[in-house]
Amino acid sequence: MYIILAWRNIWRNKRRSYITIGSIAFAVLLACFMRSMQLGSYERMIENAARFYTGYVQVHQKGYWDEKTIDNSFSFDSGLIDSISRTPGVQEVVPRVESFALASFEQKTKGCLVLGIDPELENRLTQYGEKLVEGAGITPEDKSILISEGLANYLKVSKGDSVVLMGQGYHGATAVGIYPVNGIIKFRSPAQNNQTIYLPLREAQWLYAAQNRLTTLALVIDKAKHVDRVVSQISEKIDPETMEVMGWKMLMPDLVQGIEIDNISGKLMTWILYTVIGFGMFGTFLMMTAERMYEFGVLISVGMKRIQLQVIIFLEMAMMSAIGVGIGVLITLPFLIYYHYHPIYFSGESAEAIEKFGFEAAYFFSLQPSIFYSQAWVILILAMILGLYPLIVLQRLKPVKAMREA
Amino acid sequence: MSIIKAENITKIYNHTVVPVHALNGVTLEIDRGEFTAIVGPSGCGKTTLLNILGGLDHPTSGSVELANTDITSLNDGQLIDFRLKNIGFVFQAYNLIPVLTTMENVEFIMLLQKRTKKDREARAMELLSQMGIAEKANQRPSQLSGGQQQRVAVARALASKPQFILADEPTANLDSKSTSSLLDIMADMNREEGATFVFSTHDQRVIEKARRVITLEDGRVVKDERK
Ligand SMILES: Nc1ncnc2c1ncn2[C@@H]1O[C@H](COP(=O)(O)OP(=O)(O)O)[C@@H](O)[C@H]1O
Ligand SMILES: [Mg+2]
Repeated sequence: MYIILAWRNIWRNKRRSYITIGSIAFAVLLACFMRSMQLGSYERMIENAARFYTGYVQVHQKGYWDEKTIDNSFSFDSGLIDSISRTPGVQEVVPRVESFALASFEQKTKGCLVLGIDPELENRLTQYGEKLVEGAGITPEDKSILISEGLANYLKVSKGDSVVLMGQGYHGATAVGIYPVNGIIKFRSPAQNNQTIYLPLREAQWLYAAQNRLTTLALVIDKAKHVDRVVSQISEKIDPETMEVMGWKMLMPDLVQGIEIDNISGKLMTWILYTVIGFGMFGTFLMMTAERMYEFGVLISVGMKRIQLQVIIFLEMAMMSAIGVGIGVLITLPFLIYYHYHPIYFSGESAEAIEKFGFEAAYFFSLQPSIFYSQAWVILILAMILGLYPLIVLQRLKPVKAMREA
Repeated sequence: MSIIKAENITKIYNHTVVPVHALNGVTLEIDRGEFTAIVGPSGCGKTTLLNILGGLDHPTSGSVELANTDITSLNDGQLIDFRLKNIGFVFQAYNLIPVLTTMENVEFIMLLQKRTKKDREARAMELLSQMGIAEKANQRPSQLSGGQQQRVAVARALASKPQFILADEPTANLDSKSTSSLLDIMADMNREEGATFVFSTHDQRVIEKARRVITLEDGRVVKDERK
């Protein structure tokens, strides 16, 4: 009976209910889009950084992360690599020598990041092979480099040109080499695209006078959510006095912090939105109560318990809110699914402007379930809080007075 | 044997600029099966009296005993329950729940009393036929005329066979034809089911149909005659 009465009452004033439901749905739609876009951009940043650059987990010589010099490298140790690769969830252990160098070609010079890589293993982590826009890849025996597109443009080099690398090697040795460009890679992340050079691992070790040494083991993990477990399992295998293991959150504290700060502003926006919608909902609830005072008076007079009436009114408010949320999510979902798989890319000047700040010029959309059910929760909790007012009115209602004043 | 017993009740409305003495010592007894009209000009205290007799309002002083229960000692929840079990109400207008059909409205009190569906439907149908509105069973109140709506309200009040029925100016918004047919139905029910009616009115034609007429003036009973 409660549900039937509540349901029919909602449709007593159709237009008002449509407006209320519509505004809730619109708020949910807006909030879902905003949150999806925001979380989508975070996911993308994390993915670009962790999945296509650092890896979700890294192992280094203790102290390397604080002071990233070749002096903090460690000796290649196949036993260590074996034991790490046997950790459940670890799919690949990718060795690297990472260091800085000045890259010069003709009149231009620029600081860059030199990664000595195992071409095949590295490809399983960063999939750089798919991003080759010119030339070919490198083999472990090559004495040539791959250069990122932004850097290549800056230096004005193309395939076949030779680039001079200059830096500091192990224990103060001078590191100088000249390498032909074998291919050009276009990275998604502008930061990466503007400063990366890939060199075969052995050649990098030779360049930096660090034979048989590595700075980094980057790990390919089966699922991002396993990172914490993998980190703790590896930390039991390594000697904490000499080695360190880090998850992506530790590897990129700036990114994590930036996301957290940005996320607060996003949440603030949704709260402002909900405050506005809340007033609308409250207005409706208020009218739904005020215009029925006489009826409530009759119902309590003839013997309806206050709690029964309260349940009905509460159901009306809850059902209306739930319909609004449901419609909002249903409308939003197909769009978000589509845009999740087809991000919106910018082009032209606006794209360049955005890329100058180190972001990809595109909107990415997340489909995290929490985006949707957090809207549902917020609206329903809002309805419950706002709904207290009508319930209190009913608790205090004196039938004679209600009927006389109506 | 009396079913309503009011002793020296007074009612003063204090929240107004000047206190209003709506009832000034009303004493009356009404027996089971009576068909009583409370009459008097507008403002004489009819509504106030019926509200107090129905346990909807508290008297300022005096005692009210309904069906052998001293209702002045009941709290709000107990009063609601008492009304549900013992009293049928018919108000001047807008008695019905607009989102329920005629049939559902008549069943409503029985529903609150948790009677079975079969019981409810049989009783509701019986009453609607007696009132000549069976064919309106599935219509909403807004589709009925004022007279039909009041008949549904009377049917709802009667449905659970309460101890007595209070009707505050049930014909005030009706034309003369509807007025007399509603009164006839109430009189029939009084005769056939032995239902006790107390209704207020200031309409001479209605007064003529009553078997007992209690006249109020300025919150006092000035005349009480049985025919
Ligand atoms: N809630 C109230 N507050 C103040 N005065 C009231 C209230 N209810 C009734 N009155 C006053 O009490 C007197 C009796 O009113 P009422 O019982 O409604 O008379 P009737 O129903 O005979 O017209 C009137 O003077 C009326 O104005
Ligand atoms: Mg009156």
